[in-house]
Amino acid sequence: MRMLSKTLAAGLVALGTVSSFSINAAQAEGTVNVYSYRQPFLIQPLLDAFTEKTGIATEVLFLDKGLEDRIAAEGENSPADVILTVDIGRLINVEEKGITQTVDSETINENIPAEFRDPEGQWFGLTTRGRVVYASKDRVEQDTITYEELADPKWKGKICLRSGQHMYNIALFASMIAHHGEEEAEKWMKGLKANLARKPNGNDRAQAQGIFSGECDLGIGNTYYVGKMLTNEEEPEQKDWANAIKVLFPNSEERGTHVNISGMAMAKHAPNRENALKLMEFLASAEAQSIYAEENFEYPVLPGAEVSEMVQSFGEIKPDSLPLEEIAAHRKAASEMVDRVGLDEGPES
Amino acid sequence: MNSLIVNNPRLPRLSSLPRRRQGRAGLVAAGMVAAVVLLPILTIIAVALTSSGEDWPHLLRYVLPNALSTTFVLLLMVGVGTSVIGVATAWLVVAYDFPLRRFMAWALVLPLAVPPYLAAYAHAEFFHFVGPVQSMIRAWFGFTRPADYWFPDIRSTWGAALVLASVTYPYVYLTTRVVFLMQGRNIADVARTLGAGPSRVFWRVLLPVARPAIAAGVALVLMETLNDFGAVQHLGVNTLTFAVYSTWLNRGSLEGAAQIALVMLVFVIFMIVMEQGARHRQRFHSARATQMKARPPRIKLGRWASMGAIVATGAPLAFGFGIPLYIFTDYAANRLHQFADPRLVEAFVTTVVASSATAIVAVGAAIALIFSLRMRRSRWTLALTRIATAGYAMPGTILALGLLLSLARFDNTLDSFLRAQFGISSGLILSGTAAAVVLGCAIRFLALAEGAVQSGLMKLPPNIDEAARSLGKTAAGSARAVLLPLVRPAIATAAILVFVDTAKELSATILLRPFGFNTLATHVYENASRGAVEEGAVAALMIVVTAMVPVILLSGRLMQDRDA
Repeated sequence: MRMLSKTLAAGLVALGTVSSFSINAAQAEGTVNVYSYRQPFLIQPLLDAFTEKTGIATEVLFLDKGLEDRIAAEGENSPADVILTVDIGRLINVEEKGITQTVDSETINENIPAEFRDPEGQWFGLTTRGRVVYASKDRVEQDTITYEELADPKWKGKICLRSGQHMYNIALFASMIAHHGEEEAEKWMKGLKANLARKPNGNDRAQAQGIFSGECDLGIGNTYYVGKMLTNEEEPEQKDWANAIKVLFPNSEERGTHVNISGMAMAKHAPNRENALKLMEFLASAEAQSIYAEENFEYPVLPGAEVSEMVQSFGEIKPDSLPLEEIAAHRKAASEMVDRVGLDEGPES
Repeated sequence: MNSLIVNNPRLPRLSSLPRRRQGRAGLVAAGMVAAVVLLPILTIIAVALTSSGEDWPHLLRYVLPNALSTTFVLLLMVGVGTSVIGVATAWLVVAYDFPLRRFMAWALVLPLAVPPYLAAYAHAEFFHFVGPVQSMIRAWFGFTRPADYWFPDIRSTWGAALVLASVTYPYVYLTTRVVFLMQGRNIADVARTLGAGPSRVFWRVLLPVARPAIAAGVALVLMETLNDFGAVQHLGVNTLTFAVYSTWLNRGSLEGAAQIALVMLVFVIFMIVMEQGARHRQRFHSARATQMKARPPRIKLGRWASMGAIVATGAPLAFGFGIPLYIFTDYAANRLHQFADPRLVEAFVTTVVASSATAIVAVGAAIALIFSLRMRRSRWTLALTRIATAGYAMPGTILALGLLLSLARFDNTLDSFLRAQFGISSGLILSGTAAAVVLGCAIRFLALAEGAVQSGLMKLPPNIDEAARSLGKTAAGSARAVLLPLVRPAIATAAILVFVDTAKELSATILLRPFGFNTLATHVYENASRGAVEEGAVAALMIVVTAMVPVILLSGRLMQDRDA
């Protein structure tokens, strides 16, 4: 017991130091505080490059739930400077919650095409990621496909999917609603459900694994997961999963493939506004854009920025030109539709 | 005091003592603890009530029926499973002698060190098509495709039940084993001398005696099950907790999520009532020291029965501890350099420090609650105690969100007051620091601490402090001088339980942590959330080992105390 209480006492002292340290770091000069929905591992190379270039230190807080609610609750005292997130819905969310501020920077506006940023400057897209179809190299002969076709009975029992409530799928379904209307989209979703090979689960990587194992012939996933698997040196079997699939860009002969974005916004009460702006300008720069592309296998939004060789090898992507705000507007309907259709309950057996 | 003393649950009170003055301090203490716990819960209720209710038709029709039935089935399976496993293993190691018995008795507690989300990651990998089990089956039988043979899908409700039961059965095992070792054995002896056979003794005598302990253990299991988000999400099982998150994050409806959380509270209240009711019937006071002398010899098992016993005790251990350990060791072997990664070392230190601080806060609050109850047992103190332990079954994230909203409001109010009056800023002194994490976890795990201290206290005859008080000590004085030293082992147990659970805790920590505050659990989660469980394997192992140390201490002490 005495040992225990001594340890605890030492612990408390250390805790005090840790917490006061983090407060100081958040308020000190020469830092910028990032609240991120993106995993630190994904953005660390970018932040390191930024620090090296400007001498400004970065602090990242990864939150995958409640980021908006937290910043809103913290109010004027919030240490948040820059918000990083994936998914257009989230970007619209932060804007609607009133936790962002207008950024009007010539550098940023020149680099990021208008269709990938908010007209008011409340948020900016940084990368795009295609929501593509993974198909078995062995068992699927065709090299083109449409999202609509996924509801075709010829695929019965052949499609793998992650949870229909996952934001990547919700955005895809929202785009189907935007293009076809709710009624048609629901019919389509019912068809998709009937074609499932199993109950939706796992992440995008698990869908590739399902194709590798022969559980299904088609899966829906984001482009960059394929790159991540192909370069996984520590678990080389993932290369086999990735090698078992080919990437099909749906609807590339007509309206284009559904793409989502990752993006950034400046927090409304950013205490380090100057530094925040520097970071945002850096993230939009050609240098950062190509790091993004190289490290994460995503598509840079900056026209002309180098796309990684690996991503180029998947083929050319033609993004759907439907405005992202319109997709975001149908998100709630899409989520309710998933419940209504019972997509996550899997195929009826 | 060799005999079993059965007392009235309403502790006798010396009527000559001045009641009011003595009880009030306790009531105030219990009230303060309950108020802190209620803060986040009331905040969530307030959020739920501000909704327009437009989402309700949809939730009622398409979300709740499915989520309710899934949750119910899962609770049922996990409850039945852990009762059977916990009671059977406890009975085997207490009543019979077989090779490896001592090891099993001790090791059966180990799955407590594995958080459910880690167990789910590991089981999913282990039983997956490309995992070791199915690969072996294919190699043996020459299959190549999933269509060639049938294999149950771990990503299902029964799979989630298997995962959750295999890591939570120790709660039942621990509570039940103590009863079998202490009171039960004596009663069993009496029954045996009266001519009852072993199975009759078990079913007619021991099981009824252990029922309150089983119920108390199962209640903890069910709360853990209801609360779990990580495991069910990974296995694709849509429970109520899942519905809360999906409504909040995908539909952007915090109000709707809060409303589903309120539905969950009904389950929670049911389980708290069940657990408290169980404890009330557990009114045995016995002197520990004299119990051991009366220990009858264990029945020695033959060769086949021994093998059966080894399999029966080894299987839960293999599922709850072996599989996770195997999977994470396997992945970690490719990443040994990570053990020296300064970020991981820092995360380890943070985990230990934060868990220790939480243990102190939670155990302190639990002691305050229990002694206020002992000093003055009234309807009020009872009600306050029950409220104060409600945090355990709220989904961690919802609880954390409620806490965040209320703490941030407090911080901002204080800050603007100080700014207006004195021109200084206090900033986010609670919501922006590690204090929020510690408070959040303490609220979550107060029920554990309270339960452990309480059961230690219940083993003491009530007249001990009555005697001290009749000799002129005040209630608080007798508590300090007599009771506290006697329940020290129970307090240590409580601290260990809270420490372990905080070290494993994820959702509240993710939401409440300040900049630079990384625990091992958040490190694993950051990896798992981008689909790279294997990258978090080293941190996962560190969690299991960290949580194992106190679990072994706990298990070892239980052995020493009662099983030597």
